[in-house]
Amino acid sequence: MSPSVPLQEMIRAIRSARTQCEERGVIQRECAAIRAQFRQSDNGGRSHNLAKLLYVHMLGYPAHFGQMECVRMIASPRYSEKRVGYLGAMMLLDEKQDASLLITNSIKNDLSHSNQYVQSLALCTLACMGSAEMCRDLAPEIDRLLRASNSYIKKKAALCAVHIVRKVHDLGEMFAPAARSLLSEKNHGVLHGAVVLITELCERNLETLEKFRKAVPDLVQIMKGLVISGYSPEHDVAGISDPFLQVRILRLLRILGHNNEAASDAMNDLLAQVATNTDSTKTVGNAVLYETVLTVLDIKSESGLRVLAVNILGRFLLNNDRNIRYIAMISLQKIVGTDHNAVQRHRGTIVDCLKDQDASVKRRALDLSLALVSASNIRSMMKELLIFLSSCPLELRSQAASGIFIAAERYAPSQRWHIDTILHVLTTAGGDVRDETVPNLIQLITNASELHCYTVHKLYRALLTDISQQSLVQVACWCIGEYGDLLLRGECQETEPVQVHEAPTQLCIDSVLSLDQSHMSSPATRGFALTATMKLSTRITDNVDRIRSIVSIYGSCIDVELQQRAVEYNALVPVSFKSFDILSVLERMPVIEKTAPGQTNGESTGEPIKDIQSVKVKQGELLLPQPPANQVCDLLDLLGGSEETLQPSPAAGGTAPGLPANTASTAGGDLLDLLGGLEPAPLTPVQVYEKDGVTLTMSCEKQSATGLTVTLTASNSTESDISSLTLQAAVPKSVQLHMKAPSGDSLPARGAAKVTQMVVLNNPNKVNLKMRVRISYSSQGSAFQDTIQIDAFPGLSAAGH
Amino acid sequence: MMRFLLLFSRQGKLRLQKWFTPMAEREKKKIIRDMTSAVLARQPRSCNFLHWKDLKIIYKRYASLYFCLAIEDQENELLALEVIHRYVELLDKYFGNVCELDIIFNFEKAYFILDEFLMGGEIQETSKQIVNRCIESSDMLQETMEEYMSKPAF
Repeated sequence: MSPSVPLQEMIRAIRSARTQCEERGVIQRECAAIRAQFRQSDNGGRSHNLAKLLYVHMLGYPAHFGQMECVRMIASPRYSEKRVGYLGAMMLLDEKQDASLLITNSIKNDLSHSNQYVQSLALCTLACMGSAEMCRDLAPEIDRLLRASNSYIKKKAALCAVHIVRKVHDLGEMFAPAARSLLSEKNHGVLHGAVVLITELCERNLETLEKFRKAVPDLVQIMKGLVISGYSPEHDVAGISDPFLQVRILRLLRILGHNNEAASDAMNDLLAQVATNTDSTKTVGNAVLYETVLTVLDIKSESGLRVLAVNILGRFLLNNDRNIRYIAMISLQKIVGTDHNAVQRHRGTIVDCLKDQDASVKRRALDLSLALVSASNIRSMMKELLIFLSSCPLELRSQAASGIFIAAERYAPSQRWHIDTILHVLTTAGGDVRDETVPNLIQLITNASELHCYTVHKLYRALLTDISQQSLVQVACWCIGEYGDLLLRGECQETEPVQVHEAPTQLCIDSVLSLDQSHMSSPATRGFALTATMKLSTRITDNVDRIRSIVSIYGSCIDVELQQRAVEYNALVPVSFKSFDILSVLERMPVIEKTAPGQTNGESTGEPIKDIQSVKVKQGELLLPQPPANQVCDLLDLLGGSEETLQPSPAAGGTAPGLPANTASTAGGDLLDLLGGLEPAPLTPVQVYEKDGVTLTMSCEKQSATGLTVTLTASNSTESDISSLTLQAAVPKSVQLHMKAPSGDSLPARGAAKVTQMVVLNNPNKVNLKMRVRISYSSQGSAFQDTIQIDAFPGLSAAGH
Repeated sequence: MMRFLLLFSRQGKLRLQKWFTPMAEREKKKIIRDMTSAVLARQPRSCNFLHWKDLKIIYKRYASLYFCLAIEDQENELLALEVIHRYVELLDKYFGNVCELDIIFNFEKAYFILDEFLMGGEIQETSKQIVNRCIESSDMLQETMEEYMSKPAF
């Protein structure tokens, strides 16, 4: 086809413009000329004018005055003009423009044109920008073309039908019979179109899905033909026969076999064959294998096949191609909850991927490694994770640190190991840990009474080397303050005693002082240091005067907090030197009790700003006003197939629907931005519902980058007992939900006892997490039901991940 | 389904844009800006997959052009790489050793070829030869029509 000379000249002129200004000038002149030409009646150069306009449009300049010209060109009898006219329509017109309606008639005429290439232009344009009205108008035409035309048109009509179904869902039934008959075609293009159409129909309508289950044997047959057949030059790609069609058929089989034993059985053999016979040296083969693995894991396949699939993923992990390693890890992340043991077998490879160069691969490997930590492998895994922490990119550090803490807390083999691990993390990544780590660690240390000596020695040594990590410094200060006497005694079986005998107290106080004066210390840390200094005055016998004078200096410190502390401490001294009672303020702290996980205990300076919660109680608004059956269906849709979650707890109990609209969380978000990304994690329970004396509170705990455990607690403050309490939950489609068994199903009156239920959520795609909880109970003989919408989860960062 | 296909140079100049869902002009411009900055910022030896909003972005660099394809969540990424490669092969066969200049000066033909290969966000034809034959026939039709009408169309 001869190139358009005027078009190319214009392109050359535009490209030779040296500045943006010059280019704009050229384009303005050209556009003016084009506009003038459009106004003239039919001349020979219409199509190249429109082509020029389309080029200008691609550069980003306005081209709306070409819309009517497109309409005129489409109606022209000349094929070349039609071609450019339709191209213009696809680029300039969309369903929002009024001019798009004007081409409906032209398209209708062209669909019955004698020349198939004209028909194909019309079909292509309809599939690209057809609005709902156009689709409704032209659907019968498309159906006719689906049945009686040549394969070239049939394949295009099939994809056009797909577009129509996406725009106007009800028309799906019209195309179902034609789609079924297309499966017997030999032409690959038509087959592909048919499979796409059937996939679309099945995804939208359950009844159609049931009907098409009968087509599984045919699909298996077609697939077998592709896999076993010899070399076919037309469709071969690197030894695989038509991989595009294979992948599409596998995807359709996945939808048809999901949750259906019979269909899954029918395809077991085929899947095994594809999995073993497909050549995996090139990307194409791996694409087909990947789709096969996804299908196997999603249908009710037999265990041998599942193991085969996971092994394929394991092989992918060893592949040189980075893309394939990435894909493997995403898939393994999806199944780590369900096929945990199978994934554990590949733990070694996954841990190796932590050392990969690519940042996305590293991130995936981190998520997966944290998910694979268990009691048996905690020591080796932690070693790897700590090595990773010291070399990992900055954006992954806080995630890695929190993951390590959670894992350590859950599976720590001994307290000493636990403390060691936390100290290691603080020395490597102390700046990136959450602020509540400090009180948690302190609480842990007080609990490990036999390790006080060891801990304080270790901390002192760490302090001597580096005082920049605030969390570490704070913990060290606290410990030295508490256990300074152990440090000075110098005896410790576990580690080499620090040589503090020379000028013991002097050294001790000096190190604490240097913290005070160091410019690296935050105000919180200095507060810690001051308190520690004061505590030392009771622990040690000499240099007490020096301590007192230091403390009184701070009585005139600019920082109000420090000044207040200093003055108060000073007040203690003169009175109490002989009197034990007041000085007992500074004695050993009692062991701090561990309350609900993550609740911050008293002393936590530098606390993050908690989300400002304003609980708006929407009075039991039923968000699904249809009859109950539909309600269940809607919930099912939200759950996206994990039917286990709809199991009501035995004997329906009390309902406590609550709708916490955390409207102020946006305000909290702004504050967080000011602080530059502090991650607030208030794990205190939030009240999500309160009605008729029944309350439901929720507390969240982040388990990993994508996992979250929500604990719902129901209580009853009315005068009558509540029984048959059931909680049901639904989440957006890509989120996985698993409800554990509730602690009970009855709430005695006046809050005598509570019912708790844990919900484990996994949000791999990091979509905006929302949850709908339905609570039903019976009280005084009548049944109550309510629905709560939860849009914000305390415990997630402001970004909602 | 595929949501859009963009071709842009290493300087971020757009060479081809195909949108498979209706979108406002402003939105399209924003997406183009986002895509070019995200893809051009990638390290040379990193993964070919990106996450952007709820879509997966597959990109591949061929000489001086970046091919950027956005697919929905349930699509197969490795196959998307093959789709990009197939399109490049089709262009190569048509233009004979295709380079960026070919696509710049004959952009409308690049679109025609794309419209024979993909449609409505899905693959239309899986055979290279058939696509090539169809393009040739359409071109032939254009020429004979011109001869018949005895007026130059271009």
